[in-house]
Amino acid sequence: MLKKTIPILIASFVGFFLILSKFSPGLEEWDSKVSTWFDIVAAFAMVLGATSLLSSHFKKISNKKPGWAYSLITIVAFGGTLIVGLGKIGVPPSFPGYPWSGDYMTEGGAFWWVFNYVYVPLAATMFATLAFYISSAAFRAFRAKNVEASLLLITAVVVLLAQTSSGPMLTEGLPDEYAHFKLENIKGTLINLFNTLGTRAIMIGIALGVVSTSLKVLLGVDRSYLGAD
Amino acid sequence: MEPHPVWRFLATLDRRWLFGLTIFVVGIPLMTGIVLTQKPSPMVIDVFNAIDDLPEGSSVLLPLDFDPSAEGELQPMAEAFTRHCAEKKHKLYYLTIWPQGVGMIQRQISILSKEYPDYKNGVDYVNLGYRPGYEVVINTIVNDFPGLYDADQNGNPVSTIPMMKGIKNIRGFPLIVNVSAGDPGLKQWIQYAATPFDTIEIVGGTTGVQASTLYPYIPRQMIGMLAGIKPAAEYEELLFNKYPEIAEKPKTNTASVFMTAQEAAHFMLIGIIILGNLVMWQTDRKGASE
Repeated sequence: MLKKTIPILIASFVGFFLILSKFSPGLEEWDSKVSTWFDIVAAFAMVLGATSLLSSHFKKISNKKPGWAYSLITIVAFGGTLIVGLGKIGVPPSFPGYPWSGDYMTEGGAFWWVFNYVYVPLAATMFATLAFYISSAAFRAFRAKNVEASLLLITAVVVLLAQTSSGPMLTEGLPDEYAHFKLENIKGTLINLFNTLGTRAIMIGIALGVVSTSLKVLLGVDRSYLGAD
Repeated sequence: MEPHPVWRFLATLDRRWLFGLTIFVVGIPLMTGIVLTQKPSPMVIDVFNAIDDLPEGSSVLLPLDFDPSAEGELQPMAEAFTRHCAEKKHKLYYLTIWPQGVGMIQRQISILSKEYPDYKNGVDYVNLGYRPGYEVVINTIVNDFPGLYDADQNGNPVSTIPMMKGIKNIRGFPLIVNVSAGDPGLKQWIQYAATPFDTIEIVGGTTGVQASTLYPYIPRQMIGMLAGIKPAAEYEELLFNKYPEIAEKPKTNTASVFMTAQEAAHFMLIGIIILGNLVMWQTDRKGASE
């Protein structure tokens, strides 16, 4: 009863109440209030996430599992960033007499330095490595082995060409009656017709799925969110 | 018949050659700073006009929902939007629903303090920072802005910030300019903040890979968006044409420089794809005929 029925009743009541509030101007304030509660609860999720991260990495280190040194680096980086952020090291105060009154992200502060000179280059580097894998994959995998692959290949080349400033010049000389065959117009048709149609169909499908799953949760049919007994 | 040794060599080409070629092709334009002229597309012109046609001094909400991994594509857009709004003397309200977005906002604040010294914190711009809760943050400020944003990033209560007076909810902003690298981001700002109200318009900037999911919202729910670095370069072109003083400042054409590198990379990829197919036809056909 305490473990299952009451949580289901709370979820159902809150869920239906919030749906109702979207259609009742008088209940608008409650929708906003509950959203604020959610935002506060979401802040606690960060503490949970940090605790989980630390416990899993500490376990790896204590058990000397393969790659435990990476866990050590993770914990040192986490702790270091947390200390410079919470301690507002190198941050000048916004109000005289209140040493911690400055914003932790103030330019020149230690956290700002870590963000700009450690985190930004690392994250950008990770993303930039994709370019190398794309070039390798373009050479080995992008091959016209059948009709479907050929269509995909032609589409990719057209979009790649149209996404340059000089590519559309190739078809610039086409007369107006053949304007549909200009590179930028072909790209426009691919994106605005084929892509948008496909995306809309997927979005409608997802929305219907969300409605059906939400109803199952609110009516207590789907109880998986409560975990196993 | 045996394939020519050149085809056999290419068929077993070490991928490090391709990696080296990529460095060369992308690196040269970035190091030389070559800029190619871009012809602005109708959608980019729509986005530009959305900011430019607003009356001077309008309140513009600028949620920057991206992190450093998308910096290459999105930072130039965010900078162009900031400079454009500052030229129009709009009041800028920065916030983010991504924890890493705080650093990206800080960069816009640096631009304002260096290039627009007359812009004053709390009077012309405000950094409202990050709030946890993802899209629920948007849902909350739709009805109650100060209820969630009771202080700015520096801890100043919003009641003491002159430009926050009169901002009760999302309806205080005629325009939202969102730069987003994923979910939650532009999609949620369209769905929760812009679509329910006739008086709020939205434009955005997003990564090329995310763009395909956002086209269905144009033009009825969103005026337009900058999808990737090419539209960002086109936007810079429009900005420099209308406000030539921006072009004279250093490092204001990052999207245009990045676009040259991307253009070179696109031609390289097309060449690699064609070469890969030639290799397949030469080696497979000749191998099969034996």
